[in-house]
Amino acid sequence: MTTDPARGGPAVPVPDVTGHFGLYGGRFAPEALMAALDELTHEFETARKDPEFTAELADLLKNYAGRPSLLTEAPRFAEHAGGARILLKREDLNHTGSHKINNVLGQALLAKRMGKRRVIAETGAGQHGVATATAAALLGLECTIFMGEVDTERQALNVARMRMLGAEVVPVKAGSRTLKDACNEAFRDWVATVDHTHYCVGSTMGPHPFPMMVRELQRIIGVEAREQVLELTGRLPDAVVACVGGGSNSIGAFHAFIPDASVRLCGFEAAGDGVETGRHAATITGGSVGVIHGMRTYLLQDDDGQTIESHSISAGLDYPGVGPEHSWLYDTGRAEYRPITDAEAMEAFALLCRTEGIIPAIESAHALAGAIKLGKELGPDGTLLVCLSGRGDKDMHTAAEYFGLMPEGEGR
Amino acid sequence: MSVQDAYDKAAAEGRAALVGYLPAGFPSYEGAIAAATAMVEAGCDAIEIGLPYTDPMMDGPTIQDAVHQALLGGIRVADVFRTVEAVAATGVPTLVMTYYNPVDHYGVDAFARDLKSAGGAGLITPDLTPEEAGPWLEAADAHDLDKVFLVALSSTDERIEKITEVCRGFVYAASLMGVTGARTAIDTGAPRLVERTRTVLAKSGSALPVGLGLGVGNGVQAAEVARFADGVIVGSAFIRRLLDAPDERAGLAGVRDLTAELAEGVRKRG
Repeated sequence: MTTDPARGGPAVPVPDVTGHFGLYGGRFAPEALMAALDELTHEFETARKDPEFTAELADLLKNYAGRPSLLTEAPRFAEHAGGARILLKREDLNHTGSHKINNVLGQALLAKRMGKRRVIAETGAGQHGVATATAAALLGLECTIFMGEVDTERQALNVARMRMLGAEVVPVKAGSRTLKDACNEAFRDWVATVDHTHYCVGSTMGPHPFPMMVRELQRIIGVEAREQVLELTGRLPDAVVACVGGGSNSIGAFHAFIPDASVRLCGFEAAGDGVETGRHAATITGGSVGVIHGMRTYLLQDDDGQTIESHSISAGLDYPGVGPEHSWLYDTGRAEYRPITDAEAMEAFALLCRTEGIIPAIESAHALAGAIKLGKELGPDGTLLVCLSGRGDKDMHTAAEYFGLMPEGEGR
Repeated sequence: MSVQDAYDKAAAEGRAALVGYLPAGFPSYEGAIAAATAMVEAGCDAIEIGLPYTDPMMDGPTIQDAVHQALLGGIRVADVFRTVEAVAATGVPTLVMTYYNPVDHYGVDAFARDLKSAGGAGLITPDLTPEEAGPWLEAADAHDLDKVFLVALSSTDERIEKITEVCRGFVYAASLMGVTGARTAIDTGAPRLVERTRTVLAKSGSALPVGLGLGVGNGVQAAEVARFADGVIVGSAFIRRLLDAPDERAGLAGVRDLTAELAEGVRKRG
């Protein structure tokens, strides 16, 4: 990415050739993986310039995933958001129900191109796992998904979906038994299987080239949305709003707008019970800089540099790190990051269901809660583009319990 | 003191060096010191003290269990330095093996300073490669510490050159593509990796020894490795003895027995 600093964008392309976004990113990985990471960097750079590869990916995105995704105006929801105009980028309508498919189709094609016969992935909410299992089925690849045991329980439906698609799902019993432990286990598998296996990292995280590659595969969200908003409203939005866990839907939504200095980029992190309680996953708001999962970035850590377990009602945001490009966007001031509690997210979740007839993923509900806040700040003149990153069918169990919708005896 | 002294001493005796690994705080703070001391008494030439970390990405179930237990027991970085001090007092070179974040967070210079003043010989960094190691290399040099990096079966000769250039103490050759943990057989690619590393070292006139770790768990394997490497590194097998023992006393006896078996192994080369 090279943009004009006069328009608010960075003067130098990020990441640099060594995968650094300013101080962040890089490659803190075992030597055993360095050859594979070099190969992947090279293959991705070659593939993206290969018309055959880009045509194949474009075809899958259109005719299999259902792109471009719609832009839906949400006027009844907007009444609760200060009357600002709310435009939803409908990644929930993609095949498999979230933005994850954008990244996975690209990486699965790349895996085939590299001659790998197996893909592995970590998953939190299960959306990335389902997307990976789907792409593996489509392209005839073996597939193993690592998922924290806690998450296999709260996202049981997605476990069943992955298994139906032919993937092996491995519940990870180590540590906090959530997303970060699933990442650890995926890396452990990859070190031993790298000759025939591609690790399909699910977010803009991990060692270089993953943060850059996943961004490039997800930036289609913002590219499409920018055109759609301009067509619908005749101007750019005042802000782009997205939830931030590892940070792939948010980078995807933000990236095309980085040069547009007038557009605020607002990421909303999972604050769990509240950042002040210590039980949260708001990495940028409540964390500090360190190294995790192969990258330098903001993370939740104690004064010995040990990872602090994150907490969120949303399995997909329950991660103590964040993609390095977000750390860089935060430090440079180009993007802002704010916390949203479980309670705020669930209120927004219910509100979208009842005002627009759309059940969002609990992850995406963090962005919706952010839009309510931001809309009230901007008032009726404001226009917000909100990335609705996924649909909430997978969250029905959590939501039903949260709102007490299960009659006596029908619950767990 | 450099850990190379231990390798040189072993070489002078016509054998490979035996390097034992144990995480600080496992099975307890005192227990780890007692076990490491027993390993020295029974024949280890150098000791690696693991710094327990919440996300041991390169470790198999055995070390994960031990490290988890150490962290539950409340082990802190300061305790790791105290453990190093106690073990180094036995007279053998004592290194710290750690993932990078605790070092980064402590501050590379402060870490190097405190490791040195505890009598530590240096640091082994399994998730750090020369590309990202700049600040640590500077701090280690300023405090006269060993810098041990890993080479892998997948490393190209160009990478081996880049890595060995910044190593001091020894070069850690990872015998297999995978996480830590004893295996039934030594990977057939291991001798070739040691050979390639030696060729690269010879080209630059370096006499740096090459130690081989990952997957070694008994005397027979130690003897096999001693035939082609300068040192044999054993970790999970020691931990397994401590985990399986009914009590601390039995655990220590198990550690002594294993050390003696391995020490015999490294003397059976050729």
